[in-house]
Amino acid sequence: MKNIYLDHAATTPIDGQVANAMSPYLSHDFGNPSSVHSMGREAMSAVKSSRENIAGLLNSAPEEIIFTSGATEANNLVVFGLIRGLEKEKKGQKMHVITSTIEHPAILKCFQFLEAEGKVEVSYVPVNNKGIVESEVLKQNIQDNTVLISIMYVNNEAGSVQPIQQIGESVKNIKKTRAQQNNAFPLYFHTDAVQAANFFSCNVKELKVDMLSLSGHKIYGPKGMGVLFADKDVPLSPIQLGGGQENGRRAGTSNVPGIVGMSQALTLAAENKERNFKKIKENRDLLVNNIKQYIPDITFNGDLETTSPSHANITFHGVEGESVLLDLDFNGVAVSTGSACSSDNLRASHVLLAMGIAEEDAHGAIRFTLGKNNSEQEINKVTEILPGIIDRLRGIAPNIEQ
Amino acid sequence: MYSQVILDHFRYPSNQGSIENADAVGQKGNPACGDIMKLYLKIGERKNEQGEAEKYIEDIKFETLGCAAAIAISSLLTERIKDSSIEQAKKITKEDILEKTGELPESKIHCSMLAIDALHSALKKYNY
Repeated sequence: MKNIYLDHAATTPIDGQVANAMSPYLSHDFGNPSSVHSMGREAMSAVKSSRENIAGLLNSAPEEIIFTSGATEANNLVVFGLIRGLEKEKKGQKMHVITSTIEHPAILKCFQFLEAEGKVEVSYVPVNNKGIVESEVLKQNIQDNTVLISIMYVNNEAGSVQPIQQIGESVKNIKKTRAQQNNAFPLYFHTDAVQAANFFSCNVKELKVDMLSLSGHKIYGPKGMGVLFADKDVPLSPIQLGGGQENGRRAGTSNVPGIVGMSQALTLAAENKERNFKKIKENRDLLVNNIKQYIPDITFNGDLETTSPSHANITFHGVEGESVLLDLDFNGVAVSTGSACSSDNLRASHVLLAMGIAEEDAHGAIRFTLGKNNSEQEINKVTEILPGIIDRLRGIAPNIEQ
Repeated sequence: MYSQVILDHFRYPSNQGSIENADAVGQKGNPACGDIMKLYLKIGERKNEQGEAEKYIEDIKFETLGCAAAIAISSLLTERIKDSSIEQAKKITKEDILEKTGELPESKIHCSMLAIDALHSALKKYNY
């Protein structure tokens, strides 16, 4: 049986057009853009036009685009690079940063690391039961020495969309006030837009962000490829030293096929945004409605009206998510859990817990994330199989005496 | 991540279900940690090789809420101790179970402990 892939928040297949664009740079046009000879110049020209294209799509300047090995590196560069950059100016002065409780580990762990080292104070802003950071709550956490706010655009587990533009607006006002009050602490706003780029505007001027991270493989592009937009005024100190590529902000030989692929993937994402949004949402709603109809005792985690169109995070009460995942896998269907038992740690998803979902319910959560290639037939097939799986597992479980 | 043994027992578990009027029932775990195992024992009496009367596990069934490892290990444990004397059953360790599972992720080893605990809890209730 053909596999049905409903785990697009984990990764996506490379689009054929992206693969074609990358192909020459994997073999024939293999030059190093830092080389002076014609093959090097050819590669440099591909990097340059990709950079310009991406800058155009994000409404930024080409020199504000930094190519990285992925969004994890981009996020690490934001946190470590900015704090290190500011440390030079703010010697000894305590700096404060703000993030949310539902961020990806690529942000959370960076902040926790600096917090443990005593380099920054961190406020972890909570989310409401829809998994959304309320911009008013965030504003209350801003202090005079807050230098960085990092809030993800779309949450990877719940699909909740964060009010980036609204936060960007507040940040802009605070920057103005600080200038008037001679507060010498700068304030920068970063968003991890990894899960957003397929469906939502990443126009950095509209969003009013100073930094924005993207990943290639979440948008039908290559793995090992990320982009950080960083406003030219952000004093990022490099966290990786070497040949001085990326204007000295990130050393390492340019991943030419990756960069070309990223550019093509972002172009396709931008061109097909509305169409993909509509198609994927229709399929997602079909999935949700079928599940509602066929399976009792379920809860939708988050607010389906406002989440990313690809996401449906559903708790099947009385079963454990990983068991559902494996039974679906036996039937050729790929999904993800509340990332609890299936990963190394046994804790339920920190995102679902942050949304106020009880631990026992978070353990029964399955994340379906749909993509542009899923068909209505595939969704119907999944919802044909799923009731039997839930029945079987509920049948194995004991009746819990409260 | 999981061995074929675990996957097979997860997919087609042995001795799954409950026993009405069981002689002993043991339950361990809680919903918050995501795993609950419940074992039902029917205790019988027979003569051992020396001709002495001994009690043994005539039937055993399990009900488990949990991950694939928890369900598979429940199944493996029941297979292992069905027809054992109570004395033998008491001596089962988690290593005996892990021997049968094949490779098991580090984080899942506690599932085997849970199974042993559920067994001991049942046997204790039967006053052994």
